[in-house]
Amino acid sequence: MNEVVIQVNDFRKQYGDFVAVDGITFEVKRGEIFGLLGPNGAGKTSTLESLEGLRAPDAGTLMVAGVDPTREPRKLRNVIGVQLQSSGLPETITADEAMKFFCAYHDVPPRYDLLERLGLGEKRNDQFFELSTGQQRRLALALAVAHDPQVLFLDEPTAGLDVASRVELHELMRERKAAGTTIILATHDMAEAEEMSDRVAILLKGKIAAIGSPMEITATGADLTKVSVRSKESVLLKNDQHIPGTSQSLVKDEYAVYFSTDIGRTVGAIIERVEAGGDSLIDLRVERPSLEDRFLEITNKGISS
Amino acid sequence: MTAYANHFVFEFRTGIRNKTLLMMNYLFPLGFFLMMGFVIPAIDPAFQEILIPAMVVFAILAATLLGLPDPLVNARENGIFRSYKINGVPVTSILFIPAQTTMLHLLLVSAIIVITAPLLFDARVPTNWLGFIGVMLALSFACAGLGVLIGVISPNSRTTVLYSQLIFIPSMLLGGLMLPYSLLPDAAAKISQLLPATQAMNAFKGLAMGQAADFNATGSLILLLISGVLAFGLAIYLFSWDSRNTNRRGHPALALFALLPYAIGLLLFF
Repeated sequence: MNEVVIQVNDFRKQYGDFVAVDGITFEVKRGEIFGLLGPNGAGKTSTLESLEGLRAPDAGTLMVAGVDPTREPRKLRNVIGVQLQSSGLPETITADEAMKFFCAYHDVPPRYDLLERLGLGEKRNDQFFELSTGQQRRLALALAVAHDPQVLFLDEPTAGLDVASRVELHELMRERKAAGTTIILATHDMAEAEEMSDRVAILLKGKIAAIGSPMEITATGADLTKVSVRSKESVLLKNDQHIPGTSQSLVKDEYAVYFSTDIGRTVGAIIERVEAGGDSLIDLRVERPSLEDRFLEITNKGISS
Repeated sequence: MTAYANHFVFEFRTGIRNKTLLMMNYLFPLGFFLMMGFVIPAIDPAFQEILIPAMVVFAILAATLLGLPDPLVNARENGIFRSYKINGVPVTSILFIPAQTTMLHLLLVSAIIVITAPLLFDARVPTNWLGFIGVMLALSFACAGLGVLIGVISPNSRTTVLYSQLIFIPSMLLGGLMLPYSLLPDAAAKISQLLPATQAMNAFKGLAMGQAADFNATGSLILLLISGVLAFGLAIYLFSWDSRNTNRRGHPALALFALLPYAIGLLLFF
């Protein structure tokens, strides 16, 4: 588990004058799910595509499962599997043919069981353009894992998937992880990144703005705890009262929402105010900031600076 | 099955499944053949003498110049080549297999023309079948090379049509399919020798149909083969996996070198 599988060292990529990735360094270990997050244009795609051997770095070094993606493309193709954001398949190819086609180039037997498992059993003879977006993405995933790669790159894997397919995909990711596959997950879905990733890196303007486990990243934020309160008479909403220990508040769906820096004082003061106003509580929720909250905090700060 | 065989079978099926390719490989050439066969011999009975080679040349031009390039352009622009690169599909397979399957479709279409033309239109049959097949394959090879090269250098579908028509239309007008080479004005005749269609019609006449060639028929066959080799070589050299990520090794204008053998042949043989 501690073996380093992906090494990115001072990696830089630029297009003309535009610096897409500005000297980033990170490592990913075997069996880790590593989330690569960032707003559009942050450098995620350049990083992913360079690790996949599609682009050459302008500076720095990359290593994927002991292979230099730029210098050893033949070795690379056997150690990585890639589910591209755009499907990358001809319109007229059937699911069955695609499985045969790619497995033959990887010199492994076709994995039709993966098509069945990912809900494509009845669509095996349908041409690619006849599949729904979700089915196309599931086929791309089946093809990416069919040769049992050491490193799996997933780019927005759940985009366009229904709930059941999403659950199935997450289950498949967990299985791959348990089997020692390293997974690089690029996603805009923060809930997915938080749920699935062991560690995440948030890229911003070509640099790593934060890196660590989702818990570590959320813990290093402004340390605000969200407190949402709903009461029968909505006394807190009627009087614009300051609650001790809070830095800001808002109203959302009949809830008064506070962002607290001192949770004990805040909750105590809320209960006191509700009782003093002759009201009674219906719901009180205390939530740690999510990865999405932290992501927005980092990106907003980065964009405004 | 090997990766190559799988790829070949898929591309061959695509030539029928894809509506545009079905049109260019079969419907357009055979429809044109029927129309020309019914109309032209009634106006000009001499057309029966060249009906079979002319229609085979037309089928080859349609399938290779109008059908072959666009799927390559679309595959590159839609990220299919990126996926091929990641999964280890070699450049040679990407370029040669569609060309080979197109040539196989052309063999079938040519067989239909050769079998039905004498029955339907009393067309003259080849006197040298080996020569006929040799010239047919040489033209298919040369034009498939040009089709692949156009697909490699063209940045989008609109430009593909332009490049293809730059060869297709002059071939139709000057290539000896509709109007005999001997009736062309001198300057037009010289220009027409830069076209694979002219060379093929000349080689068909001299090497397959038992007619007098307008110029060196063996030279025409050699030029077709050299041009094909050069076109495929240039296509490999100028190939790019993805127009956004990779720079070409050379300027697309280098593709014009594929026509160089015809220009040299003009000086050497004719």
